[in-house]
Amino acid sequence: MTVFAFIFYLFAISTVLGGLMTVISRNPVHSVLWLILAFLSAAGLFVTLGAEFVAMLLIIVYVGAVAVLFLFVVMMLDVDFAELKAEMSKYLPLGLLIGVVILMQMAIAFGSWGFADGAMGRIAAPTGEAENTAALGLLIYDKYIILFQLAGLILLVAMIGAIVLTLRHRVDIKRQNVMAQMHRDPAKAMELKDVKPGQGL
Amino acid sequence: MMAFFTETTLGMGLVILGQCLLVLIPLLLALAFLMYADRKIWAAVMMRKGPNVVGAFGLLQSFADFLKYIVKEIVVPAGADKAVFFLAPMISFVLAVIAWAVIPFNDGWVVSDINVAILYVFAVSSLEVYGVIMGGWASNSKYPFLGSLRSAAQMISYEVSLGLIIIGVIISTGSMNFGDIVAAQDGSAGIFNWYWVAHFPMLFLFFISALAETNRPPFDLPEAESELVAGYQVEYSSTPFLLFMIGELMAVVLMCALVSLLFFGGWLSPIPGLPDGVLWMVLKMGLVFFAFSMVKAITPRYRYDQLMRIGWKVFLPMSLAWVVFVAFMAKFEVFGGLWARYAIGG
Repeated sequence: MTVFAFIFYLFAISTVLGGLMTVISRNPVHSVLWLILAFLSAAGLFVTLGAEFVAMLLIIVYVGAVAVLFLFVVMMLDVDFAELKAEMSKYLPLGLLIGVVILMQMAIAFGSWGFADGAMGRIAAPTGEAENTAALGLLIYDKYIILFQLAGLILLVAMIGAIVLTLRHRVDIKRQNVMAQMHRDPAKAMELKDVKPGQGL
Repeated sequence: MMAFFTETTLGMGLVILGQCLLVLIPLLLALAFLMYADRKIWAAVMMRKGPNVVGAFGLLQSFADFLKYIVKEIVVPAGADKAVFFLAPMISFVLAVIAWAVIPFNDGWVVSDINVAILYVFAVSSLEVYGVIMGGWASNSKYPFLGSLRSAAQMISYEVSLGLIIIGVIISTGSMNFGDIVAAQDGSAGIFNWYWVAHFPMLFLFFISALAETNRPPFDLPEAESELVAGYQVEYSSTPFLLFMIGELMAVVLMCALVSLLFFGGWLSPIPGLPDGVLWMVLKMGLVFFAFSMVKAITPRYRYDQLMRIGWKVFLPMSLAWVVFVAFMAKFEVFGGLWARYAIGG
């Protein structure tokens, strides 16, 4: 077994293990931590494929931001997962049914897997010397710029929607006006008095 | 003999291991003295003496502390999640160490010369928050939990502006490789060719964001001793605590290395004519570390809402605007291509 094969199997096994433990962990925080392991191993698999840019993005976006928020929510919410899991037994037959259907679909799909005539010729040729960061950049920002901007716009709309739904202006609370605070003049705000001993003010 | 090290798997593995040790051991030794320097500078500002008993001028103080920590008893709080409790300091330490794999100290002196080096450092530093969150949660105690929540919010907030500032530098260079970034700052004007001129306001933003990202004063709110005792570290003792401390300090030194690579030309000499070399890099990192220590000594701690306000309402818009500005300046090569060095670099 070569080193690369060893590294591939290492990451592959830890990805599968991470995914499995995410599902069967009893403690929700442990679940999220296993999920993070799965993400990291998937990033490792990308590196072995030579897609280092995608791997780094996976770590920065999913592990560095999304999973932190997951962990945050799971730690803050006091959800009784044991109770939820007890209820799950009711839905177990349905879940199993869906699982079996998907398994059979995949069996059918992979059983008769084949390429159409001439498909091999249409597969993108390896870019050779180009770095995949630069290649991806050219593809996204030159060729598919409109699709990329539209995707961004959809996300922006979703974000604004979420803010509009939850924003409420409260008038009954004290607010801080930072600019006013910064422009306060100590000379106007307080007065120094020279108090004579035994006299008071 | 050479063929063994360049062709066989075992030989190459040994070479890589040797390179890792060559980076790690000087780094850990330097860390001991940086800790000492940090305390000495802090003490000098307060007109105290600082550590002065162990060794000449107290030089061996850090080693004495090290011994003290590792022979102490490890106390695990009742109700703590043991596995996560011990995993947290290890993650904190390991992440701080692995980021150094891509940091070059001289032209070509780097363990792994990958072309997404800066993204790798950014990814690793965005993972560092996990050590803190896991430590705070696994302690099963109120102060650590509050500290870890604060820290998570703080580190995520300041990562955003750090990332945007780095994008400005990447646009100027046209590459994410540290070697290219430093090569792009080379030129006949020496010190005035470096990116601190072209990216002047971002130097300060980066420095302040780095303070917040590494939980250094004045942004050390996760471990504010006046409100949270010591934040996420409260329940830790002995070696796990030591690992947290080393991880934290190593992240600070990493930020020093980043500032000197991105804005101060890494190993390039400031005066044209003098040879470039690893000494310049070390000197620059030392100077940035001195700035970190001085900030610790002379600034009062921020309030949490002020910290969040600065991060999201001041730094984020400024760094975002700077990215747009740099993009235009680089595209139209204003001022003789001051912002467009990609012809030289990558």
